[in-house]
Amino acid sequence: MAEKVLMKGNEALAESALRAGCRFFFGYPITPQTELAAYMSKQMPKVGGTYLQAESEVAAINMVYGASAAGARVMTSSSSPGVSLKGEGISYMAGADLPGVIINIQRGGPGLGSIQPSQSDYWQATRATGHGDFQIVVYAPSTVQEMADVAFNAFDVADRYRTPVMILGDGLLGQMMEPVVLPDPVDPADLPAKPWATTGHKHARPHNVANSLYLTAEDLERLNFERYERYEQIKATEQRFEEYLCDDADIVVVAFGASARVARSAVNAAREKGIRAGLFRPVTLWPFPVDGLRATLGTARAYLDVEMNMGQMVDDVRLVVEGRAPVEFLGRAGGMIPTPEEVLARIEEINERIGE
Amino acid sequence: MANDAEAKVVFERPHALLPVVTNYCPGCTHGIVERLVAECLDELDVEGDAIGVAPVGCSVMAYDFFGCDMIEAAHGRAPAVATAVKRVHPDAVVFAYQGDGDLASIGMAETIHTATRGENITVIFINNAIYGMTGGQMAPTSLPNQVTQTSPYGRDVATAGYPVRVAELLSSLDGVAYLERVCVDSPKNVRKAKKAIKKAFETQVAGRGYSLVEVVSTCPTNWGLTPQEAFAWMRENMLPYYPLGVYKDVVADGYADAAEAARARAAACPLVNPDASEEGGAR
Amino acid sequence: MSAELRIVLAGFGGQGVLFAGKVAAYAGLIDDREVSWLPSYGPEMRGGTANCSVTLSDEPIGSPLVTTPDVLVALNQPSYDKFVDEVRPGGVIVADTSMIADMRVRDDVETFGVPATKMAEEAGLKGLANIVLLGKLFAVTGFCSRETLDAAIEKCVPPRKAALIEKNKQAVDLGMGA
Repeated sequence: MAEKVLMKGNEALAESALRAGCRFFFGYPITPQTELAAYMSKQMPKVGGTYLQAESEVAAINMVYGASAAGARVMTSSSSPGVSLKGEGISYMAGADLPGVIINIQRGGPGLGSIQPSQSDYWQATRATGHGDFQIVVYAPSTVQEMADVAFNAFDVADRYRTPVMILGDGLLGQMMEPVVLPDPVDPADLPAKPWATTGHKHARPHNVANSLYLTAEDLERLNFERYERYEQIKATEQRFEEYLCDDADIVVVAFGASARVARSAVNAAREKGIRAGLFRPVTLWPFPVDGLRATLGTARAYLDVEMNMGQMVDDVRLVVEGRAPVEFLGRAGGMIPTPEEVLARIEEINERIGE
Repeated sequence: MANDAEAKVVFERPHALLPVVTNYCPGCTHGIVERLVAECLDELDVEGDAIGVAPVGCSVMAYDFFGCDMIEAAHGRAPAVATAVKRVHPDAVVFAYQGDGDLASIGMAETIHTATRGENITVIFINNAIYGMTGGQMAPTSLPNQVTQTSPYGRDVATAGYPVRVAELLSSLDGVAYLERVCVDSPKNVRKAKKAIKKAFETQVAGRGYSLVEVVSTCPTNWGLTPQEAFAWMRENMLPYYPLGVYKDVVADGYADAAEAARARAAACPLVNPDASEEGGAR
Repeated sequence: MSAELRIVLAGFGGQGVLFAGKVAAYAGLIDDREVSWLPSYGPEMRGGTANCSVTLSDEPIGSPLVTTPDVLVALNQPSYDKFVDEVRPGGVIVADTSMIADMRVRDDVETFGVPATKMAEEAGLKGLANIVLLGKLFAVTGFCSRETLDAAIEKCVPPRKAALIEKNKQAVDLGMGA
């Protein structure tokens, strides 16, 4: 087994991307994702890659667009306010069917907000990273190990479906260190060819075009329909989640990322008190793990959705539960992190209610 | 049977320009300039290595006109896109083709930073002092007192400020190797414009740094003039404001490339020019 | 000690708070335990106070942010004042008495005052008060073996500062004897 090392989440994302064959990184400084860019600026030259500090988030994402069109594995990282600026480029990537990996190490908002951890960009990530009809695959790791794993995998998924992929972390996960075993490196030369890329045609093929403009409505509609067929494929094959003590759970706590760590402690404490609580943790936020969550309806008599925002993923939980059980919400905002004690208190409250 | 002299081809479509109908208005100079770009790609035999980036504006469809690989960029972002393409394929010939709103307004940050980084790309800049595609609004290069759809009483510099002289502005940046302003209102000027465009591409192929050719152009449709009247208006009003000429040429200044010129310009700065005999260099 | 040890280390930026926490975390890693390390970040790191949360556990760790620590290691007055009341009853405080003039001692926690900065300076170990205090914490809680602690130090000191490894180990000895 490979060596276990202690790494920050931000650094694990960067190292794992390098190991996935990513050789191009474009970014702009923002707390709390800074270590990621710093790591890339140090390591990229050593592997013959490019680290470029762009003049803006807008430029950075459009560089991602360009490098992706040119056939490279490419990544950018930012935090909430910066990701808003990247929305333009992400939409264009989706419209031109270009793969790429975007990291959002979220902080409190709206506006300049705070630099403390938050999960308030759930809606942005899963509903509207930019204008137009499109979705991007969104991973929400909850440990440094999982950050390394999804970062490695994200490039394959992006290439396979020709879509942008986002990894949605937060300041807590980005800044914390945990033991991690890194994936074995891939040689970029061994990656599958991209015959659609704009690489210079060498007079050996018709010219390739990377483009999202279609002035004929019928053409654009057809492309949207085709893209949504691909999304259906993604929904069918890429849903990921973790279940913890859900088999007999009366109360299923639903949480992702950092708040799922807190929820897990609360579930353990509830079990110690004889309450049958479990944790359902989406790893993909889009596609939302609909099938996995639906399966918990067998035993669940109530749901508690815990987030570091004012209630965003809870919409998706309610769409799955369809009123068959009450869905309650506990949220902290602005950079506050819920404590296991307050989550436990809510579980106990719900337990009393459903026991009646 | 025809004799040899009759069979000789004297004029044909450049290979790097696809046989398609463009969307340009009658009298528009985009067609001339795109043809010049294609001729240069042919003459330098780089079409197969070329990757072009089209803007948002009247030339938005340029990705369908050029025969080389093409990328359609978001409004103003062509330099950022081109930067990344060149980093991925350093041996490719990468160019951005942009209008004034794209390059000098919404994409000004990308323009300036791409130039100052000395990205080894070529930019063809069409300056016709108006937003053409959206129907004739005031551009960053619209002249003072110029009437447009959004400056119906003439551009009032007290409220709308002054136009940007792009060639002059960029000439102060160290990453720039070659900058020239041309126009295409006469056969003579078309030939000069082609020479400039070719030189810009040669600058890139030689790895000398950023190159840009600004083409002072017309927009007969939105100016409300015939093509000939438009050229006359351009000569009378635009050329005094945007004088033609070479604004930077590091080779003519005696340097190998933009990097060498930049070092010489900062000769007095020890951080930029560490003593060659000293180990270690800049920290 | 319980199976989980939750530590807050706090002081001024530059006192090596994050480093001492990293050594403790690495010790857990070497012993193949679950560990987490979380720094305070942002403007407060620049010249102000710095702190980090370290958790060593035999179970997967929930929140890495330690709110009711089992142990507080305080290197200056503001940090002591900020965290003293957050320590869980029955917990431990290790404090640098050469930096903390006004030490309000709680009667429901065990408090160990060590003049670490002064001791380090007198022993020619200037700048290693953080490790002196870590040595004291080690002596009090035995959160790992001495071999593990030494190995963690070797892992955390960057190669270009390898000369400091021995000094760090001496600082541990100093703290253990304090």
